Amino acid sequence: MSATAISVKNLTKTYGEGSGRFAALRGVSVKAELGESLAIVGKSGSGKSTLMHVMALLDEPSGGKVTVMGQRATGLRSAELNALRNETFGFVFQQFFLIPGASVLENVMLPLTIAGVSGRERRRRAMETLEQLEIADKASNRATDLSGGQKQRVAIARALVNGPSVIFADEPTGNLDSATGEVVEDILFTLNREKAITLVIVTHDQTLAARCDRRVYLKDGLVVTPKELTS
Amino acid sequence: MKTTDIVASAVKSTFRSKLRTSLTVIAIVIGAFTITITNGLGTGINAYINDTVAAIGADNVLTVTKTPDTSNETDEGVRLYDPESSRVVNNNTPPGPGAAETVEAITDADIELLRELDTVESAERQVQVSPDFIQLGDGERFEFTISNFVPGATLQLAAGEQLDNDSDDLQLIIPLDYATALGCDEPADCVGLVATLAVTDATDVQHLVEADVIGVSEESLGATNAGSANTALTNALFDQQSIGLSETARTSYASAVVTFASDASDESVTTLRDELTDLGYDSQTVSEQIGTFRSVIDGIILVLNSFAAIALVAAGFGIVNTLLMSVQERTREIGLMKAVGLSGRKIFALFSTEAVFIGFLGSAIGSILGIVIGSATSGVLSAGILGDLAGLTLIAFTPASVAGVIVLIMAIAFVAGTLPALRAARKNPIVALRYE
Repeated sequence: MSATAISVKNLTKTYGEGSGRFAALRGVSVKAELGESLAIVGKSGSGKSTLMHVMALLDEPSGGKVTVMGQRATGLRSAELNALRNETFGFVFQQFFLIPGASVLENVMLPLTIAGVSGRERRRRAMETLEQLEIADKASNRATDLSGGQKQRVAIARALVNGPSVIFADEPTGNLDSATGEVVEDILFTLNREKAITLVIVTHDQTLAARCDRRVYLKDGLVVTPKELTS
Repeated sequence: MKTTDIVASAVKSTFRSKLRTSLTVIAIVIGAFTITITNGLGTGINAYINDTVAAIGADNVLTVTKTPDTSNETDEGVRLYDPESSRVVNNNTPPGPGAAETVEAITDADIELLRELDTVESAERQVQVSPDFIQLGDGERFEFTISNFVPGATLQLAAGEQLDNDSDDLQLIIPLDYATALGCDEPADCVGLVATLAVTDATDVQHLVEADVIGVSEESLGATNAGSANTALTNALFDQQSIGLSETARTSYASAVVTFASDASDESVTTLRDELTDLGYDSQTVSEQIGTFRSVIDGIILVLNSFAAIALVAAGFGIVNTLLMSVQERTREIGLMKAVGLSGRKIFALFSTEAVFIGFLGSAIGSILGIVIGSATSGVLSAGILGDLAGLTLIAFTPASVAGVIVLIMAIAFVAGTLPALRAARKNPIVALRYE
């Protein structure tokens, strides 16, 4: 079995047609090894979010090849893509994206509900994950009643509940104050260390990027060196 | 995602925006309520007709008339006079303008011919007798009518027993109102008394005929405020009333009543009717006679139902609107669910189920309201202005028709939900997640 979690080769992604044509990725090759933490760093408009979306199989590249856990992912049927994302990936977003009216527990259970796990089993696993993240006492609260840090914890629990190999985090601390942000970072890196979950973090925050094992710098749709990034 | 989870999730999101859902549900309730009431009317009235069919006639009976001879008709549809043919006015047609028609008369010769047919058990002339009055002992005299009574028909009786057409006794059944007017405290008190009926013949001489009162009938659609006589009494009255008429007039009848075996198969009935057609007779079964009546009521119900349907179409647009707003509001949620691996088909199912559930809520509440208010109104009317029609439940409900209405509205809701549900299903997860 390959030690590479996700690898992309010569990725291109263009939006629009004719004069409005815009290339977000112009030939990007990146590998995320199993168990490592990888930061994708770049300013807004650099193509870093697009790269993450393609790596996470949320978006189809215009050209190039995507391999997930040794399996070629380009050209898969949407049902297979859905199953792959559901079983292999977890997502943490800057804006948390918790379902507002639902309880914390229901939010955490969502990936299991979608996977078709039975009610009792998914409740057990969700509670287990909430305990692990030390917010089990909020299980029956409405997601909207939580503080930002608590919300991001719930989001991490949701990303973790299905036992993913890779967690994608898109600016996970972007909406948090620095103290809370640091706690959330600690949680993510602890998971990375103790559970060997591959972390792919999209950020423009240099300190967060510095905590990762490896960094990929993106500028105008191309991988660049750190020097080129600031120039 | 399991089906049960989809349903549970859809039900939950229905209640997330309570005000919006309630308003949409109210619109459906109005439509469902109306359609439940109008359907109830149809069910109630038709059930009543079915119950009273027995009073109008038995089902092994044909009313036979001569097929009009159109050979001497002008282009305008007006017939030339033919001194050879005898005509009578046929009163045996449904009420309404222009209903009375002149038909070719049935004569005694025709009756003989009908009796010889294979499947025919009996053939009787159907005559109209017009008594002047009815009297019990030397009590008050009252005007009286005798309705055309089809052999084998059963009346809804308040007391006594049914007529026996094979009996030679002169038997009479009087309506409930007459029993009271004639001085009987209880309907049963009249049974067994002898009533005097008077008829006037063509020479203006009044004849008295005595008949046994063997029953008292309830008022119903089949038998309104008219008495019923058995064959023996009808013939006795007709003979008296025809004195002084010409031979032709005395033996000309509007129609004849043909009875066949009550266990006759549909095919043998069809054969009999074909035979009658070949011989130049028109025949009508009792259910056909009642069918005219029922189709009028069905027509009215259809018109009322179409008003309710308009309300439902409007409510359908309400559902479209509600769900479009819901899809818009939950764009990011849809994006997230898709990112986490929910297929477009399941998202479609989620929103369609929500639409169907809104439809179910509205139609269930509307139907229950309709049943409660309809039953109450029906009860009040039956006790009040419709009290004379015994056995009539104006608005009645059958589980099948109520379930039918609910299923229909859920189907309408599903159709209304397809547009928003498709929109949700087709959302691109990335675009949806970026939606502000």
